[in-house]
Amino acid sequence: MNDMAPSREERIEGLKGLGSSRKRVEDARFTQGKGNYVDDIKLPGMLFGDFVRSPFAHARVKAINTEAAMSVPGVLAVLTAKDLEPLGLHWMPTLAGDKQMVLADGKVLFQGQEVAYVVATDRYAAADGCEAVEVEYEELPVVVDPFKALEDDAPVLREDLEGKMEGAHGPRKHHNHIFTWEAGEKEATEQVLGSAEVVAEEMVYYHRTHPCPLEPCGCVASMDKVNGKLTIWGTFQAPHAIRTVVSLISGIEEHNIRVISPDIGGGFGNKVGAYPGYICSAVASIVTGKPVKWIEDRMDNLMTTAFARDYWMKGKIAATKEGKITGLWCHTTADHGGFDACADPTKFPAGFMNICTGSYDIPTAYLAVDGVYTNKAPGGVAYRCSFRVTEAAYFIERMIEVLAIELGMDAAELRRINFIKKEQFPYQSALGWEYDSGDYHTAWDKALDAVGYDELRKEQAERVEAFKRGETRKLLGIGLTHFTEIVGAGPVKNCDILGLGMFDSCEIRIHPTGSAIARLGTISQGQGHATTFAQILASEIGLPADSITVEEGDTDTAPYGLGTYGSRSTPVAGAATAMAGRKIRAKAQMIAAYLLEVHDDDVEWDVDRFVVKGNPERFKTMKEIAFASYNQAIPGIEPGLEAVSYYDPPNMTYPFGAYICVMEIDVDTGTHEIRQFYALDDCGTRINPMIIEGQVHGGLTEALAIAMGQEIAYDEMGNVKTGTLMDFFIPTAWETPNYTTDYTTTPSPHHPIGAKGVGESPNVGGVPAFSNAVHDAFRAFGLRQSHMPHDHWRIWKIANSLGLHG
Amino acid sequence: MGKQHYQINVNGETKDVLAEPRELLIHTLREQLDLTGPHIGCETSHCGACTVDIDGKSVKSCTVFTAQVAGKEITTIEGLGTPDEMHVLQEKFREHHGLQCGYCTPGMITRAHRLLQENPNPTEEDVRFGMSGNLCRCTGYQNIVKSILAAAAEMNASKEAAE
Amino acid sequence: MIPASFEYHRPADISAALAILDEYGDDARVIAGGHSLIPMMKLRMADIEHLIDLQDIGELKGIFVEGTKVTIGAMATQHELIDNGDIARVAPILHEAALQIADPQVRYMGTVGGNVANGDPGNDMPGLMQCLGATFHLVGSGGTRDVAARDYYEAAYMTDREDDEILTAISFNAPEGGFAYEKQKRKIGDYATAACAAIVKIDGGICTAASIAMTNLSDTPIFSAEAGAALEGTACDATAIDAAVAAATGAIDPTEDNRGPVDFKMHVAGTIIRRAIERAVSRA
Repeated sequence: MNDMAPSREERIEGLKGLGSSRKRVEDARFTQGKGNYVDDIKLPGMLFGDFVRSPFAHARVKAINTEAAMSVPGVLAVLTAKDLEPLGLHWMPTLAGDKQMVLADGKVLFQGQEVAYVVATDRYAAADGCEAVEVEYEELPVVVDPFKALEDDAPVLREDLEGKMEGAHGPRKHHNHIFTWEAGEKEATEQVLGSAEVVAEEMVYYHRTHPCPLEPCGCVASMDKVNGKLTIWGTFQAPHAIRTVVSLISGIEEHNIRVISPDIGGGFGNKVGAYPGYICSAVASIVTGKPVKWIEDRMDNLMTTAFARDYWMKGKIAATKEGKITGLWCHTTADHGGFDACADPTKFPAGFMNICTGSYDIPTAYLAVDGVYTNKAPGGVAYRCSFRVTEAAYFIERMIEVLAIELGMDAAELRRINFIKKEQFPYQSALGWEYDSGDYHTAWDKALDAVGYDELRKEQAERVEAFKRGETRKLLGIGLTHFTEIVGAGPVKNCDILGLGMFDSCEIRIHPTGSAIARLGTISQGQGHATTFAQILASEIGLPADSITVEEGDTDTAPYGLGTYGSRSTPVAGAATAMAGRKIRAKAQMIAAYLLEVHDDDVEWDVDRFVVKGNPERFKTMKEIAFASYNQAIPGIEPGLEAVSYYDPPNMTYPFGAYICVMEIDVDTGTHEIRQFYALDDCGTRINPMIIEGQVHGGLTEALAIAMGQEIAYDEMGNVKTGTLMDFFIPTAWETPNYTTDYTTTPSPHHPIGAKGVGESPNVGGVPAFSNAVHDAFRAFGLRQSHMPHDHWRIWKIANSLGLHG
Repeated sequence: MGKQHYQINVNGETKDVLAEPRELLIHTLREQLDLTGPHIGCETSHCGACTVDIDGKSVKSCTVFTAQVAGKEITTIEGLGTPDEMHVLQEKFREHHGLQCGYCTPGMITRAHRLLQENPNPTEEDVRFGMSGNLCRCTGYQNIVKSILAAAAEMNASKEAAE
Repeated sequence: MIPASFEYHRPADISAALAILDEYGDDARVIAGGHSLIPMMKLRMADIEHLIDLQDIGELKGIFVEGTKVTIGAMATQHELIDNGDIARVAPILHEAALQIADPQVRYMGTVGGNVANGDPGNDMPGLMQCLGATFHLVGSGGTRDVAARDYYEAAYMTDREDDEILTAISFNAPEGGFAYEKQKRKIGDYATAACAAIVKIDGGICTAASIAMTNLSDTPIFSAEAGAALEGTACDATAIDAAVAAATGAIDPTEDNRGPVDFKMHVAGTIIRRAIERAVSRA
């Protein structure tokens, strides 16, 4: 070995593997405007489709006249439910076991619902065609309130289900009821509540909002009649699942369908489900024999595709006088809109809402969720969270605050005395989960120290006094949150969507010269998979991340997987990547041993090579092994170096974090200023710290938006009041604060590299942190609970109702 | 009204396009000229994903008709740098993780370019205010601001070195 | 969001523009920066058959400051206003207010004339021009005429301008005294929840002139002469300011929208008006 050989540390660094803040390989094309998003796709002869949408939230469709539209120059076809019916495509299955109209079949159930699909030569002609379609409606009574929807005399929304009292998730108890889902011990919890020293009770509403990625949803469907192959490019967070669903409902054999997710301009859950636009475009392409593009506009996006939240969570929490929590009860009324199109695993119609015991050791708990139909858009997707986890985290973090008020205790201390202790992991929760690992006390103390918690409380108390003396009109809120997520769905034994098990996959090919391509069943929407998955692999197989191409999103080339949402890519596909890498390494070990003329057991792995035990100067690098694997006849070993892994995770992962928000509130205008935001995340092993930090910044900003103003609001007639970015709140750089990020590392014991996933943590933890800061500012004046979003007028209303305006 | 001929100068080249007067510039750029860097996000002039530079002004190209810009000089993200010689902003966005999904990025960088032309020494507040016509859903802006400040510093340093 | 078809006209001078307006009447609309009109066209809420683009008409451009007389061409953009050193010197309230309009991109395109002409109660310039006592200059086939900004607005999108007239310029005398444009909005790019322009002149400790106007708190901008009168002749002490705020809030009639209900808007208006006056007084 000569002196110029790189040291072991240099070799590790050169790989840019786990822990490296490697710059992203995606960025060269994105910064130069060379991304390839679905609307960038242009095919010869491509047509454009657009929807005629219902202006009413509930109406009977009496007649559709397409004559005038057909005479608009450039319009080639107008599809209605009648055209789709012979194909059996006028309705489609939803991810939640319900069905949804593709085009209005006799009635409409929400404003913006798809009524007819106009196919034209370009988007201008399609828009003109839509204007010219005449639809005769008969308005029906509208119900937008899920509690009113369950009243005896509420209008029947789903006439197709009338009389069917058994739904996809058990019995229905009312014509607008979808399901009841329960977890935990009802009687035992009620007993605890009945005999508790202290019980705090509150209704916690997590309002309806929308993921609103900057790129809306869309697709290009192209039926090649010569080869009989249907190709669909689209904004799909789960391309393989889309392929299977399209095959099942169209009858086209799955091998004749190719689904491609090109670059995706943000997803956040919006792009998990299947939408009428996909079906209509595919049908239009089959009918016309030409490629058909459909791209929704922003109003379509906000009004019709995949809302999130809309959970009314009634809670009761029991504790001793000293603050030890003894029981938790929750009943949730879940507003699902006109169709149940939630994107949840089949056995979990309310997602993982049963993570609502949070970070706390709560011995007894009960949860029930009732799903309800209303005249609102369908959806219920996990907007930057694992299935309903953000609702659960918001619920428990509000209930903790309410309990602290009830007990007259400091909310930080109340959390501390109820945290699950480090030594209790793996921890079995009262609502059925096995938390894999955690060290909440360490994280909590670090967070409180970092912000100077005791000093902040002193300042706050002084501020309250100054306010009472009339010296200031600003209050100070300290928003605390300690959240526990459940991500990485999930074990196939209990997690599937439409019967598709929620494993994920990675296939690796090592090239002879020592570079590689890895293909996965997931799809990046900005998370930087091409960068981070190469890092996982680099550490596993000892080839530099820069020499590894990561490819996702083409169902003809990628192994089957369930896609990217619910922070599942790292926990599931990341694990598959590591496991496939280990298969590569196992074969490489045999090749190395042969080349070094020793027994397999006499070589050991060292960063990027196998070395002869006890003789580190004799080694074969992975690069050398790769070449040999293709070019040298090795007895008993097949040529080549490839592996595939389908990873069925044994458990979910449970990332956690401690967030603290310090907020100034102007009592007279309802405006706020974020003075400080500290976010400590523990996502287990950290793959790329730069990307983790970026994910946290972004998730916190989405949380800021949701907590402080973002909503899909309806009036009583079911009209969407927030259909453009004028009214749907997305903060600019000006309204967004700087964040301080921090971390602890508690690896997942069951994940091959100990990683837990992080993309959604900041949204899950951020929303309660912002909201608790608002509540906390008014705690001294008697506020217990006020619903989000905390926009100016709602904060003003709090102050007003507490008599702070004199 | 039928299609008309309009001449526009895009990234230094004169282009003759045939368009209806109602055709929006973003569609002309993306669909006729294959400049798919500028994106369509909100369509109501709130998000800035479609930002291009027109005669030295940052403009949301979803809210201007191609007919209105006949005779003008337009620069899109494709005109800012080349693969061999990337613009400092393009490099700094990569270096400081100023992008994630990349959808807002061309508009962001095009806008930042104009901002730094007008104010070569911006404070963080200047950058946040000057970039407030561009929405990002992924980054929370913190690293975008950092990228732009770093680009300003580097552009000033190389200007000084040249002097 | 795709607009309906229209015919596009780009006249080179005012008389050509007026000729097109005369020919097509109601079916024609002029377009300046287009950042209010084009979104309406894309949402198909504005149906226009003939669009008259004013950008080539040199007579409509420019910002002129001669002594204390300020003239702003209708096609001057918000960005040009912000960028203009003379404006910052003689009418800094205009500079301060323009920075609070929309966002940077929109300010490059949005014109002062477009902002004041169409009668959108959300626009900031109309209230400001009322505060400044500005005059709007109109031209039609019948000739030119002047209208006081305080007399121009009739209701939301209803103004004194006839369909065949074009607003060519705005003029006013440079204000004297302290000033403030105070605006509360949900975020950059939003219209005001409440906004107030205040100019207060103080001589020897006594207010000699005060002008108060408000934005987006009624279906037109509101100039409150009473609010100004409440300050004039006083030392602008707490009692006088209370009276001015009471007078100003007495003149508004906000409606509920996504920014909030009426009681909230009334309260916020009071706060914003007070802050505008206090800041103007502090600078007087």
